[in-house]
Amino acid sequence: MPKITFIEHSGEKHEIEADTGISVMEVAINNGVPGIDADCGGACSCATCHVMVAGDWFDKLPEIDAMEESMLGLNTMRETNSRLSCQLDSTDELDGLVLQLPEFQG
Amino acid sequence: MNNTAEKNVYEGNDPYAVPLNEIDVSLPERFENNDFWPWFERLRKEDPVHYCSDSEHGAYWSVTKFQDIMYVDTHHDLFSSETGITIASQDEDFVLPMFIAMDQPKHDVQRRTVNPVVGPMNLANMESTIRERVITIIESLPVGETFDWVDRVAIELTTQMLATLFDFPFEERRKLTRWSDIATTNLDAGLIETEDERRAELIECLEYFTNLWNERVNKEPTGDLISMLAHGESTRNMQPMEYLGNIILLIVGGNDTTRNSLTGGVVALNESPDQYEKLRNDHSLIGSMVPEIIRWQTPLAHMRRIATEDTELGGKQIKKGDKVVMWYVSGNRDETAIENPDDFIIDRKNARHHLSFGFGIHRCMGNRLAEMQIRIVWEELMARFHSVQVMGEPTYIRSAFVKGYAHLPVKLVPLES
Repeated sequence: MPKITFIEHSGEKHEIEADTGISVMEVAINNGVPGIDADCGGACSCATCHVMVAGDWFDKLPEIDAMEESMLGLNTMRETNSRLSCQLDSTDELDGLVLQLPEFQG
Repeated sequence: MNNTAEKNVYEGNDPYAVPLNEIDVSLPERFENNDFWPWFERLRKEDPVHYCSDSEHGAYWSVTKFQDIMYVDTHHDLFSSETGITIASQDEDFVLPMFIAMDQPKHDVQRRTVNPVVGPMNLANMESTIRERVITIIESLPVGETFDWVDRVAIELTTQMLATLFDFPFEERRKLTRWSDIATTNLDAGLIETEDERRAELIECLEYFTNLWNERVNKEPTGDLISMLAHGESTRNMQPMEYLGNIILLIVGGNDTTRNSLTGGVVALNESPDQYEKLRNDHSLIGSMVPEIIRWQTPLAHMRRIATEDTELGGKQIKKGDKVVMWYVSGNRDETAIENPDDFIIDRKNARHHLSFGFGIHRCMGNRLAEMQIRIVWEELMARFHSVQVMGEPTYIRSAFVKGYAHLPVKLVPLES
């Protein structure tokens, strides 16, 4: 099981031994990490599972596809290291991933 | 088929008395009578992607189930918004371009210009202003006397909010309400009688806003929407009709919708006394009640698209150019996607998973502002009163697009001392 760390805007850390075969968004929801809304349920269509990827992990993740780019592009809180966590599969390769949560989900 | 006239007649309210292929769910009378529900129920059961060959607005597909609506909404390449987003076709002599009715890439560029004004950072700053205004409005209401909730609270509050976002002359703010109503009203609903009257009032709106634009374009940018449009790289060269289109979009988007959810919440709680009691006992449930109100009300009944190529949806063959209407009001009551969808449950799990804001690139830009306004209203109401009690039948708006209320008589019941 990969270890994924979510850091809330307040600084509070949640280190999760994540299940695989689900999305990183679902890892957060299933483990009660606050700060992820995921209104659309994982369809890449609401941008309320927004996370910022810490350190050099951003370049190691699968590329942003056209739909994710569209949804991120309309998010006023977007940073250069932003991703939508419903588009990231939880896999063993993500062991050690650290994600920061924005102050608000738009 | 040549029997249009007969078919479009309001047919009472037994959806099973009509052959399936003749069902037209877009009749505004049914929305005015609030008896459209069983028609959608039948379609969801028997013909979830339904073709109506003949209606006031021509032939159109109805998409009635949650997942199919989600599919259409998120496939903006297959289903275009370019020629308008309501079932009614635009008047070709009076086209109002607005970014909600554009496809990529222009949509994204224009939307990005105005997005920040309702972005979360800006909202955090606005919360105290909204709360002050809510308190002022609530404290001016008569207690123990019947009054119209729509006029005194719902319209007043959303109009004040809009005036703030535009930095619009505050004393003239009801002009915004009027233009919003004029832009969307059906001609038979009693506000205006002809398209010419509509145009004349909208041109007046354009002139008014053009003055505001001219005032602001030569000043340093300020945080209001007009200044943002006048200075934004992708919007500062807009043609007058495009400016008007986007102004109308922002007025309607910020006005009719929240107004009707503010009223819908009162209606829903009065219909579900157990939920009212639950709320009185625990005000912290307001957080989950707000998205439930927005789902239950569904203030915009539909959005429409045009298929950009031949495609399949729910086993039906959609042809390029076909009109496709996503009935959010039906999808939000789809029992296969939402448990007990007709029940209003203020602590519903997963309450945010509803269609009222749409999904995908056209998802409501002001959703967080709307939620914040509704939350604050209920926080301040429940802190002061036992309840807002409905005193008579609501009057519904005659429209298959704006799903809401013209009037709602209510009385404020004081807290028991």
